[in-house]
Amino acid sequence: MGILLNEQSRILVQGITGREGSFHARACKEYGTQLVAGVTPGRGGQMFDDVVPVFDSVGQAVEETQANVSLIFVPPPFAADAIAESVDAGMPLIACITEGIPVQDMVGVYRYVMANGVRLIGPNCPGMINPGARCKVGIMPGNIHLPGRVGVVSRSGTLTYEAVGQLTDLGIGQSSCVGIGGDPIIGTSFVDVLKLYNEDPDTDMVVFIGEIGGTMEQEAAEYIGSSEFNKPICTLIVGATAPSGKRMGHAGAIITGESATAESKTRALEAAGANIIPTPADIGITAQQTLREAGLAG
Amino acid sequence: MDGAMKLHEYQAKQIFSNYGIPIPNGTVARTPAEAAEAVASYGGRGVVKAQVHAGGRGLAGGVKVVGSPQDGSEFAGGLLGSHLVTHQTDANGVPVDQVLVEELADIATEMYVAITMDRNHRGPVLIASAAGGMSIEEVAATNPDAIVTEVVEPGLGLMPFQCRRVAARLGMSGATARQGADVISALYRIFADNDCSLVEVNPLIVTGEGGVVALDAKMDVEDDALFRHSDLRELRDRSQEDQLEARAADDDIAYVSLDGSVGCLVNGAGLAMATLDVANAAGAAPANFLDVGGGATEEKVATAVGIILSDPKVDRVLVNIFGGILRCDVAARGIVMAYEEQQATQPLVVRMLGTNLVEGKEILAQSTLNVTFTDTLTEAAAALSTSAGGRG
Repeated sequence: MGILLNEQSRILVQGITGREGSFHARACKEYGTQLVAGVTPGRGGQMFDDVVPVFDSVGQAVEETQANVSLIFVPPPFAADAIAESVDAGMPLIACITEGIPVQDMVGVYRYVMANGVRLIGPNCPGMINPGARCKVGIMPGNIHLPGRVGVVSRSGTLTYEAVGQLTDLGIGQSSCVGIGGDPIIGTSFVDVLKLYNEDPDTDMVVFIGEIGGTMEQEAAEYIGSSEFNKPICTLIVGATAPSGKRMGHAGAIITGESATAESKTRALEAAGANIIPTPADIGITAQQTLREAGLAG
Repeated sequence: MDGAMKLHEYQAKQIFSNYGIPIPNGTVARTPAEAAEAVASYGGRGVVKAQVHAGGRGLAGGVKVVGSPQDGSEFAGGLLGSHLVTHQTDANGVPVDQVLVEELADIATEMYVAITMDRNHRGPVLIASAAGGMSIEEVAATNPDAIVTEVVEPGLGLMPFQCRRVAARLGMSGATARQGADVISALYRIFADNDCSLVEVNPLIVTGEGGVVALDAKMDVEDDALFRHSDLRELRDRSQEDQLEARAADDDIAYVSLDGSVGCLVNGAGLAMATLDVANAAGAAPANFLDVGGGATEEKVATAVGIILSDPKVDRVLVNIFGGILRCDVAARGIVMAYEEQQATQPLVVRMLGTNLVEGKEILAQSTLNVTFTDTLTEAAAALSTSAGGRG
């Protein structure tokens, strides 16, 4: 079954006529995703690739197509508006890929999202995928995924693909993969995703990849250490060799205090009982060991 | 914080003044003669402050109270055209092209006030302390109870009652407290109106007559919001930035210079950090962090490779591209373009995966570049160790 997405997921792409939006809408569709609508204001009435209707507004698209997931490729100045439009249209699940949204825009829209009980993944994220349901809502290369029972969660895009690639190479399939995003203000935290995996009967084990900066990994460690979390988990924190005070691309990834270092995060996760992945080249092998220790296939 | 454009003190003070915050009388001087003239106009005394994008100016000898125009001229003469090295700069320091000469203030008490974005509250937060002049980190470590915090509800902004509460906790009363609350309110409006990631005043003072004055001013404006602040964009001073990092930032490339010799070209910040970790574990110290970003064109990849190759420390290049938004063929064409343009010869260890991989590999294989292909991070690390060992 996996988390967030399933066979009933009906995807709408905001910004479907743009360069990135059209490329990735097509890739999602080719993977098997039910792409039911696109939205670009002013382009209503057109067809995308002859089969997907384009609407002027999310509200119209939802009414006509019963779309229930939004995937956003709208440029940064208009992305917060795009998120809010989907919330307003009653969309329960939104993934925003857009990178570079001004923080103050997210401050406002974050509260609107939360007040309406909407699940927002991102922004500045790769999205999510459920290989078993052939449902891809994001920019990840679909062909590296393998249906299975390991849940993957990470902040960033390409590092998530790296983890998935190593798992698939060892024949370890994924129940779902989620990239929550690298911005300081994002809709869904590590703890949120870990809770979903914990409750998912089709996820046996979790691969969790964190980064330097912020305290989200510490909060995750607290949850992993609690009696509520009851699945095997292996974790990697990247950025061990990053200098302090320098921003490593992600707005989140900057060492500003002791608690933000890779070492202190790794220590917290180890103390919580997670298996530690020694280097980014060892994700697959550590996952395999973790599965075997738990008496699961792998 | 990075990811933000810094303003000079004199620029931030101009904005403070536009919002009604009292600042000392001051003049920007670009020559010793201008500095002397400014000191003379303030009655033969004043303070001369180097205008640089780095904290720790005072300790580094960039600020001095002068007692005569001659003094002012000499001190400014020593600073102007020099590089100031502080604990926040690298060993080369930052150039001093102008100094701010200000009238001396009559300081009764010093306070610290800052507004920044707090990720835990997902909104702005005000931090203040009655121990002005000291760094807030020092106060947090030695006397955490002295720190005043106000969380801002973004829909409301920093409310007047909060401004009054901060002023009272900083020890102000009467007319001073009323003015202090107004200043604090104005600081929040500056933060919100200008998409700042930080507004900081250290120190904010109360004068002997009970007036509230901003003796210093710091403003960092979020890079991602500069598109809607054309007035602020004009205040950018490129001379204060790391030249390679600034060139990269112009093309929306995240680049951080490091000490090693392995140039790194990676797409995605997380994978770029992971790549540094892998290279370091293999004993091959990276020369840089570089995230070429998502929707990179081949021109952008070429710019990124050009930046890597223009660092004289770089003797080989590690490419780690996982094709998502960025396709492998696009990356490959960009790499070849930059190498041909610069007639570069540094060998490459290339690890590519994902979208359009076959085309990407073919483009590199058919070029004249010295490329070692690897399929996994483990293999890439091994290839780096080998090349490092071969060099002795």
